[in-house]
Amino acid sequence: MNGFAVEEEYQEKTQGELSNLKVSVKDGICVKGMQSAASSAMLIGYKPLFNATAVQRLLDKGAKVIGKTVQDEFGFGSFCLNVGKGFTAPTNPRDEERVCGGSSGGCAAVTAQLGDDHVSLGESTGGSIVCPAAYCGVVGLCPTYGRVSRYGLIDYANSMDKIGPIAKSVKQCAETLSVIAGSDEHDPTTLQIPVENYTTYLGKGVKGLKIGVIKESKDVDEAVLNAFEETIRLLKEKGATVEEVSLPLTTKYGIEAYYVLALSEASTNLSRYCGIRYGASEPLEGTFNEYFSKVRGKYFGKEVKRRILLGTFARMSGYRDAYYMKALKVRTKIIEEYKALFKEYDVLVSPTMPNLPPKIAEVEELTPLEQYMMDVLTVGPNIAGMPHISVPMGKGIPKGFLIIGDHLQEGKIIQVAYELYN
Amino acid sequence: MQVDQELTKKLAKISRLDLTDEEVIEFTESLKSVLDAFSKIQEVDTENTKMSMQPVDIRNITREDTPKESLSSEEALSQTNHKQGNFFKGPKVV
Repeated sequence: MNGFAVEEEYQEKTQGELSNLKVSVKDGICVKGMQSAASSAMLIGYKPLFNATAVQRLLDKGAKVIGKTVQDEFGFGSFCLNVGKGFTAPTNPRDEERVCGGSSGGCAAVTAQLGDDHVSLGESTGGSIVCPAAYCGVVGLCPTYGRVSRYGLIDYANSMDKIGPIAKSVKQCAETLSVIAGSDEHDPTTLQIPVENYTTYLGKGVKGLKIGVIKESKDVDEAVLNAFEETIRLLKEKGATVEEVSLPLTTKYGIEAYYVLALSEASTNLSRYCGIRYGASEPLEGTFNEYFSKVRGKYFGKEVKRRILLGTFARMSGYRDAYYMKALKVRTKIIEEYKALFKEYDVLVSPTMPNLPPKIAEVEELTPLEQYMMDVLTVGPNIAGMPHISVPMGKGIPKGFLIIGDHLQEGKIIQVAYELYN
Repeated sequence: MQVDQELTKKLAKISRLDLTDEEVIEFTESLKSVLDAFSKIQEVDTENTKMSMQPVDIRNITREDTPKESLSSEEALSQTNHKQGNFFKGPKVV
């Protein structure tokens, strides 16, 4: 099926409250015995000896894994076209000339094609859950940083990676999050705060909630803006108080700060791939450095190499203060900007992506920088670690409505999302 | 900052990446445009701002220092083409 890297079944327990649930898993999340390659030629053949915690928690309740879904290699992309050699880029199930979004593109494409007995586990660093959900017309939920264990995730950027569900409904996302969330002894960055049953927020309505519309997010394609404003009207009709708010710093510097941090962390994470312990390898010739450089040069894709070079630069002696350290400070200011608004508003909203899912040929014409800029609406909540959910809006070609909550306010974003899409 | 092919080659060396001549040309162009864009963050006044290593407050969590089962040598070596006895085999050091 369009979107799968591997189609195999794996189940540990046939009975349990989720025994009728099928789960597809982003290629970068480990499933025991099933090739988990983050869609990179570097990891072809790698079959983990353990399950990621999020996967294990679903298996423990009887769920069945049905395969691994294609992604941008190591998560490096917004359109799921940067797949490694040996992988097939998924297309948008609603229109095969268009992209399905990335980087969890396979998750969203598969979800759009399957029924409501299926959920997908995706991962977001800068928007990789909600972007493909929006482009494929499904629901994607990215939790607060640290809410779901990252154990068993093939790292992109440790300070921003989050595992979350993509499904056909808000209810399934709420149910799945309730199972996978929570502290984990294998991941010391998980939050030691009890997990709520997020399904209790379904059907609570939006009456009395204060919703902030991010005014800078309105510079988007006309079709997206029309559907967005129609959805805002609907929220008002349902009794929410809606006001315009501003995130000037996040809008102006969010993308740059995000990419500096993401690529700095990625360049260190990817240093572990050296062609010896697992994945791709070559005959042992030359010195250590010659061998590593050969394997890495041969098996990493072009975008991976580009991001390693950029990330290495941002951490390099002489430039580290001006890029990496500076971006860490800008992140503080971005978090403060969100926190100030959450003192007054329950949730913030914007379109998920500024455009309709572009045609594959259109994306191929874009420079790397132009591609990075497409993440303008999703990097903010990701660099700040805020939970966010995308639900379909409007008719025709898929578009997403993004709802952002304060840290650990998954309940509120689910509450609003359910009111718009159930 | 001078972004040229020499910088790209230096970064590739530090990152242990063999690049083709075409890649050096292409990535030098990317470095120029992307680093120029990234430089924009210098405009932000962060004089009294602390760094956020993570987006949320994370405290150190420790566990009892008791041994637990971990991978056997056989399992740890099950994914490699390069092993000798109970060890990974690497390329020569010098």
